[in-house]
Amino acid sequence: MAELTVNGRTHQVDVDPDTPLLWVLRDTIGLTGTKYGCGIAQCGACTVHVDGTAMRSCSVPLSAVEGRQITTIEGLAQNGVLHKVQQAWLDHDVPQCGYCQCGMIMAVAALLKDKPKPTDADIDSNITNICRCGTYQQVRAAIHAAAASA
Amino acid sequence: MNHVANIDRRSFVASAAALGGGFALGFEIPFGGSGVARAQDRPPEINAWVVIRPDDSVAIRIARAEMGQGTLTGLAQLVAEELECDWSKVTADHPTPGQNVARKRVWGDFSTTGSRGIRESNEYVRKGGAAARMMLVQAAANAWKVPAAECTAENSVITHKPSGRTTSYGNVAEAAAKLEPPTDVTLKDPKDWKIAGKPLKRLDTPDKLTGKAPYSIDVRLPGMLYAAVKACPVHGGKVKSFDAAKIAGNKGVKHVVQVGESAVGVVADSWWQAKTALEALPIAWDEGENAKVTSASIGEVLKAGLDAEQAFVGNQKGDAKAAIAGAAKKVEAIYGYPYQAHACMEPLNATALYTADKCEVWTGSQNAEAALAATSEASGLPVAKCDVHKFLLGGGFGRRGRTDYVTQAVLIAKQVPGTPVKLLWSREEDMTQDTYHPITQCRLTGAFDANGNLTGLHMRISGQSILATLAPARLQNGRDPATFQGLNPGGTEGVFGYDIPNLLIDHAMRNPHVTPGFWRGVNNNQNAIYLESFVDELAEAAGQDPLEFRRKLMAKYPKHLAVLNAVAEKIGWGQPAPQGVYRGLAQQMAYGSYVAAAAEISVTGGNERDETVARGTKGAAESSVTSGNKIKIHRIVAATDPGHAVNPAQIERQVAGSMVYGLTALFKGGCTVKDGRIEQQNFDSYDIMRIAEMPKVETIIMPSGGFWGGVGEPTICVAAPAVLNAYFAATGQRIRSVPLRDHNISFA
Repeated sequence: MAELTVNGRTHQVDVDPDTPLLWVLRDTIGLTGTKYGCGIAQCGACTVHVDGTAMRSCSVPLSAVEGRQITTIEGLAQNGVLHKVQQAWLDHDVPQCGYCQCGMIMAVAALLKDKPKPTDADIDSNITNICRCGTYQQVRAAIHAAAASA
Repeated sequence: MNHVANIDRRSFVASAAALGGGFALGFEIPFGGSGVARAQDRPPEINAWVVIRPDDSVAIRIARAEMGQGTLTGLAQLVAEELECDWSKVTADHPTPGQNVARKRVWGDFSTTGSRGIRESNEYVRKGGAAARMMLVQAAANAWKVPAAECTAENSVITHKPSGRTTSYGNVAEAAAKLEPPTDVTLKDPKDWKIAGKPLKRLDTPDKLTGKAPYSIDVRLPGMLYAAVKACPVHGGKVKSFDAAKIAGNKGVKHVVQVGESAVGVVADSWWQAKTALEALPIAWDEGENAKVTSASIGEVLKAGLDAEQAFVGNQKGDAKAAIAGAAKKVEAIYGYPYQAHACMEPLNATALYTADKCEVWTGSQNAEAALAATSEASGLPVAKCDVHKFLLGGGFGRRGRTDYVTQAVLIAKQVPGTPVKLLWSREEDMTQDTYHPITQCRLTGAFDANGNLTGLHMRISGQSILATLAPARLQNGRDPATFQGLNPGGTEGVFGYDIPNLLIDHAMRNPHVTPGFWRGVNNNQNAIYLESFVDELAEAAGQDPLEFRRKLMAKYPKHLAVLNAVAEKIGWGQPAPQGVYRGLAQQMAYGSYVAAAAEISVTGGNERDETVARGTKGAAESSVTSGNKIKIHRIVAATDPGHAVNPAQIERQVAGSMVYGLTALFKGGCTVKDGRIEQQNFDSYDIMRIAEMPKVETIIMPSGGFWGGVGEPTICVAAPAVLNAYFAATGQRIRSVPLRDHNISFA
């Protein structure tokens, strides 16, 4: 039995400690906003925050995150108010199919914490999530808008 | 297999396979009529397309699948436009295919492929909206005891002009739902549109930002188990045996089952348990006769097709072979385009619950009716005892028009009756059991007379037919008409846009065992690369500017020419480019729309253009001399004339995204075959463009009216040839095969 803190709530989970965090979140706890895309930390659809740092949860075993603070897309909005990245995404109508966007938003939220006013080069080197629909042009515009809104 | 399912399957298959024109919608008028049974559910359904609640909120029924392309919002705009409702109160509602069958296909075709969502249903959904408006107005007029002609409707409010009385849609919806639907419905002139034609926000965005948006991978049912599956890696192969005892004791593992002839599944308490157990399961395959096939052996088969006597003709005029035989100057080149994987971000999945008298499936499908037919067939239950619950698709791109994953889910669930089972393909399974963009080669031969006029063109395509494998009933005496997308003499699916006195475009069909499929943009993708690159080669051989050379051949195709001119003007063709920047362009007609692109690139890496050498190559330099070049795409200007632009903001997004799809395939794509199996298994070997590689895309939307073209696919095909032509301008090197990584060329 492992103890996991997700979005401020503590969960007792009975799964193998080497189970990737992604599957604990999705199938054990039932937080399905974190998506499976590749399982090898390539695409970023499963991005969550672990102690405030963006991590690809498909490649993080449960044993590595016990006792740490995990935030998923479901916990990004506070008191019913969208995070500024979510708001910018809404304003710019970013998603197409939307499947990768929760991971994209989590990656961007972490970036803005480290670099509140990222340059295009900062975005290029830090946001490496895959969007198969190709929303990148809107993503870039929305990142700059979110940064400006701070 | 019961008779009902057989009949239904036939119509489903027809709709599933209908890529282009010629498929007649076989259902009652969608906005009413005596053949339509009304659902008894509340709130009141005005007709099949419109439900209005007492609080004035409007649910618009959407039959087509939403996979990012925005059809949900666009179709709702078309209904709302005619309905004259308050757009802020609109939500979308998704009828199931089972409901469609029960109501005599009142919602028409559910299939969402071939960029047909709006272009083929716009008329009947608008009529659905207009008919509902007329019934609401009539209901108000009845209540007021005035002629309906004295009443108007706007923004969900009905006004009786002479008296100034008003009421809302919600107030009269109940009464309107009981009226006979009108038989004569007039649609608005698009120039009067107020909701359609506007750059409105998508209806489905908010839930996509919070994790709430429902994809079928997220389905959770009480008591649900999870399944992982592995099919024979050599397509067409079968399961010989598997040793279930080896994993029977694994934690969480409940069942180890054969799935049809070709696959094995593990059912467990969690998907991770199922997947890891499956990986440990010894499986022996009967790989069949294709176990030794390689990309090289496929290439040899296709190469032989370039010289074959027998070929299916797609477009013919005059005598191209004679023109070539008598040419003063001949230009010839061979091009090639590889397999490509769809790689939808949401790996294929379906959840199924089977009992002796019912089978339900929860899945994202581009053709929910075909998914229903597959459910019926796999379960052995009649269609009336099956249904498919629809979800948003985490990408489709043509892959989710197939139903193999639905069949597998049902075959597994049938072995665990009464328990819902969620089948999820691993990324590796998704990438190796895809239905791939077909592989082809193409030899193009151009003939010039002594005066330098282009007198003939022969385009010989050799390679795979999608229909031959997926829908053989749609072949025409063995010929696959879809092979000629963009090269046709007429019709909506891509008219060849050049007037050449002697023309022959033919196809030597060669079908390797790797399963082909409709892959966003389908055969336009390689046809545009072949044709538009070679037209540049011809211009080079004629010593003419690529734009001017095209213009002379396009006088009879003004819509093709208009989009080409538009991109040329915006990119600054004919004006000096910035230092080190080179331009290329391309045009094509696809899915009823006219599209063009122009690219500005620069090349670094030691093989930049040597002006003196490059001009002497006449396009003959082969790409093998290239090494380590990097391409920076500064801008792409893309234009589309889709006839009508239902939502310009979403069209812009589709066009920008389509460039990513086309350029990913060009730079990074390409699936290869070894030992009969696809080699690429995940994004580490089949990479996708990232934001750092995204060029600035400037979109020109220029709807000329009078026709309805598609949006989701057409512009993909012009991205690659525009860049390849710019690369030639930059380096003097003509790249004739995809992907560029084979030539050691990458993004800067």
